[in-house]
Amino acid sequence: MRTLLVRVAAGLTLALISPLVLANGWNMPIGVTALSREIHSLHMTIFWICVAIGVVVFGVMFYSLFRYRRSKGAEAANFHEHTGVEVLWTAVPLLILVAMAVPATATLKNMYDVSDAEIDVMVTGQQWRWRYEYLGEDIAFTSNMSTPREQISGEAEKTENYLLEVDEPLVLPVDTKVRLLLTADDVIHSWWVPELAVKQDAIPGFVNENWVRIEEPGIYRGQCTELCGMDHGFMPVVVEALEKDEYEAWLAERKEAAEQEAMGVDREWELAELMERGEQVYGSICASCHQADGSGSPPAFPALAGNTDMLDDVEWHIDTIINGVSGSAMPAFRSTLNPVEIAAVATYERNAWGNDAGDTVQPSEIVELLEE
Amino acid sequence: MAFHFPKPTPEQSTTTADAGLADSHHHERPRGLMRWVLTTSHKEIGSLYLIFSLTMFFIGGIFALVVRAELFQPGLQLVEPEFFNQMTTMHGLIMVFGAVMPAFVGLANWMVPLQIGAPDMALPRLNNFSFWLLPVAFTLLLSTLFMPGGAPNFGWTFYAPLSTTYAPPSTTFFILSLHLAGISSILGAINIIATILNLRAPGMRMMDMPLFVWTWLITAFLLIAVMPVLAGVITMMLMDINFGTSFFSAAGGGDPVLFQHLFWFFGHPEVYILILPAFGIVSAIIPTFARKRLFGYASMVYATASIAILSFLVWAHHMFVVGLPLVAELFFMYATMLIAVPTGVKVFNWITTLFRGSITFEPPMLFALAFVVLFTIGGFSGLMLAIAPADFQYHDTYFVVAHFHYVLVPGAVFAIMAAVYYWLPKWTGHYPHERLSQVHFWLSVIGVNLTFFPMHFSGLAGMPRRIPDYALQFADFNMVSSLGALLYGASQLVFVLVIVMCVRGGKKAPAKAWEGAEDLEWSVPSPAPLHTFETPPNFERPVH
Repeated sequence: MRTLLVRVAAGLTLALISPLVLANGWNMPIGVTALSREIHSLHMTIFWICVAIGVVVFGVMFYSLFRYRRSKGAEAANFHEHTGVEVLWTAVPLLILVAMAVPATATLKNMYDVSDAEIDVMVTGQQWRWRYEYLGEDIAFTSNMSTPREQISGEAEKTENYLLEVDEPLVLPVDTKVRLLLTADDVIHSWWVPELAVKQDAIPGFVNENWVRIEEPGIYRGQCTELCGMDHGFMPVVVEALEKDEYEAWLAERKEAAEQEAMGVDREWELAELMERGEQVYGSICASCHQADGSGSPPAFPALAGNTDMLDDVEWHIDTIINGVSGSAMPAFRSTLNPVEIAAVATYERNAWGNDAGDTVQPSEIVELLEE
Repeated sequence: MAFHFPKPTPEQSTTTADAGLADSHHHERPRGLMRWVLTTSHKEIGSLYLIFSLTMFFIGGIFALVVRAELFQPGLQLVEPEFFNQMTTMHGLIMVFGAVMPAFVGLANWMVPLQIGAPDMALPRLNNFSFWLLPVAFTLLLSTLFMPGGAPNFGWTFYAPLSTTYAPPSTTFFILSLHLAGISSILGAINIIATILNLRAPGMRMMDMPLFVWTWLITAFLLIAVMPVLAGVITMMLMDINFGTSFFSAAGGGDPVLFQHLFWFFGHPEVYILILPAFGIVSAIIPTFARKRLFGYASMVYATASIAILSFLVWAHHMFVVGLPLVAELFFMYATMLIAVPTGVKVFNWITTLFRGSITFEPPMLFALAFVVLFTIGGFSGLMLAIAPADFQYHDTYFVVAHFHYVLVPGAVFAIMAAVYYWLPKWTGHYPHERLSQVHFWLSVIGVNLTFFPMHFSGLAGMPRRIPDYALQFADFNMVSSLGALLYGASQLVFVLVIVMCVRGGKKAPAKAWEGAEDLEWSVPSPAPLHTFETPPNFERPVH
């Protein structure tokens, strides 16, 4: 009767747990690369090994707890130490581990094989955004979280991809081996997309390598996984995988846009134009620290609205944007922003939120400064 | 023999019967507060450690509840991300260095001399000093919460350069406080080693020592080996922050990964420092309430030693995604998997001890049994984390949070609670209130599992650690975790109630409070008088 009860209980528990564990959203995603499937299968193998050991160990334990209760008149036996049993329970786990280490080693070797990549993308972590640079293609852009602050503070309804959406995703073609080169400008970040099974730290002063070969078009979302400061939780990674021909079209479009922007450097810009462009740049790059209304959060992040240091000294203002402030959280945007963006954001900061410098900063001035 | 035992005079031997008066003819003892400040008694210092640890457990617990309250639902409701990061950091630091470690040192202070038949710790004044460093260290650490820029906000692992170039100004105070806590640990460890090696009762060989003593001896060696490494790494941080060096700053030619190697060379042995004494406690309690000798005493000792040695060879399994070379990944994966073997030996030993015993379920036993089950679950997720390719998916997610909380909360903390219930009759002379203890146990077990089990799922589904806000698909798991945390936190008030009631009164306990208990501490009266074993007892090996 008692064993029957135990069996029924065990059966019920298993029946209850297994669909939950297997259902989506409770378990590691199988993913869309050969490697992610391999890793998922390693994960499930070791999981079921643990379940099997657990059933045996806890089975014996709970059997003993029910069967050998003193209240049921159990008398203690007096046995201890048995070389055979002890050798067995050392050797059997060892064998299981060896059996587990073999496929794990093979998968790991595969993960480390970054050879023969067709595309190289440099991924740079910055507080708190990702920058992607397609090596050899002259294309580079930053990718910022696009979830509005109102959704975070609860003033607006949260939408489906809350915190997992960006202004510009990393676009990659399917069925193509892409090598990712990861580094960081400030602190350590970590680039993770669960469905691609790629997680790699981005470390200042180091360039790490990883690779991915996506098999299905789609949008894959992840996050920064290494604590990197205040907005660590607001640094999503989004990868959009396109069919090869769509990717080529996207690439051509981006190149053309980059050329357009480069041409803009030579001409004189109107205040209104700069303000419009500057507001975009400010919103995606600067607002996370200095706030959308320029109020900052002193002392770490000074207010820009009414900041007389900035308004009285335009050279210092531009220099701060280009070179950052060493020893503080203000990074150098020299390589992150192009001259048009730097000029636009400087102009915006000088003329927004009641600031009334009235001047414009022209992209051509920035080009000169950068060449110095 | 370097230690001097006063010969008992006829006068003394009459007073030892009434042990409370045993020191009446010594110089007058300080009273009131000064009694506690100046005490050199291992029992009083043990109590100080335990009370300090309990206080820190509640402070660290309140920080955890702030974290769980913010994570109750998506969005930022209660705290700003900056403060959230301070809470996760302070929670970790306080729990590891302020709650769990001092609790084990407190238990060692109380019980090691009693279990080996020693009159006190070998170095009583040093003992006083190592305790009183702790309140200073942790007052300093907590004071950083009120400093401009706030408390440390870079996680309890304080990875550079977030903890150096990008850290708040209070980091220098944090470094000083960790130095003090580290010195305290090293001195405590030296004292424990000196006591165990020198003051055992005549006739007690090393292989006769209770397992709590054995596990603490090994833990103390681990402490002496790795606390200086921690001291080194935080000193390097101090130099980077204040004196312009670049140990960990890439801009100055330094190496942020070096920080992680040094930290985890300390950190991995540290996690065994937090669990080995727990193994000793459980190995004392299970045989007592199964009324059956521990199945494999010698193999338990060897397993503990193997775990300690292996702990120096596995540190980089915390760093599988920092970009180590393939051979390093393989080495650390194999070495980590190997730890499962001696850990398994321990679990199998406990269960074989239960098999064909005569089992009762007093409060210490309840906690010890929950320890075996829930620590093993934490061990399973540890084994999964050891598989390096899979760790690329697990790393820095809530799966890891679930794993280490399973080994630390229903692991180390439950073992500490089991020890408190087990030895309270010896400390106070009263049994803890049985019904309330059971209430505490069941609420704790339910609370702990509600808190930490869903974290396995949210982690596997993709939720990173240390984020103040999360995507909508993780909402249900987080709500359950937060409710569980509230239940677990609140049920610890029952624990305090039980302890206070037990100190004040309750069912009287005899010298041997548990009928199945065998070690030397049960040969002295309950409550243990201030001075015990002034003449060393004759140790007789139990005959089986």
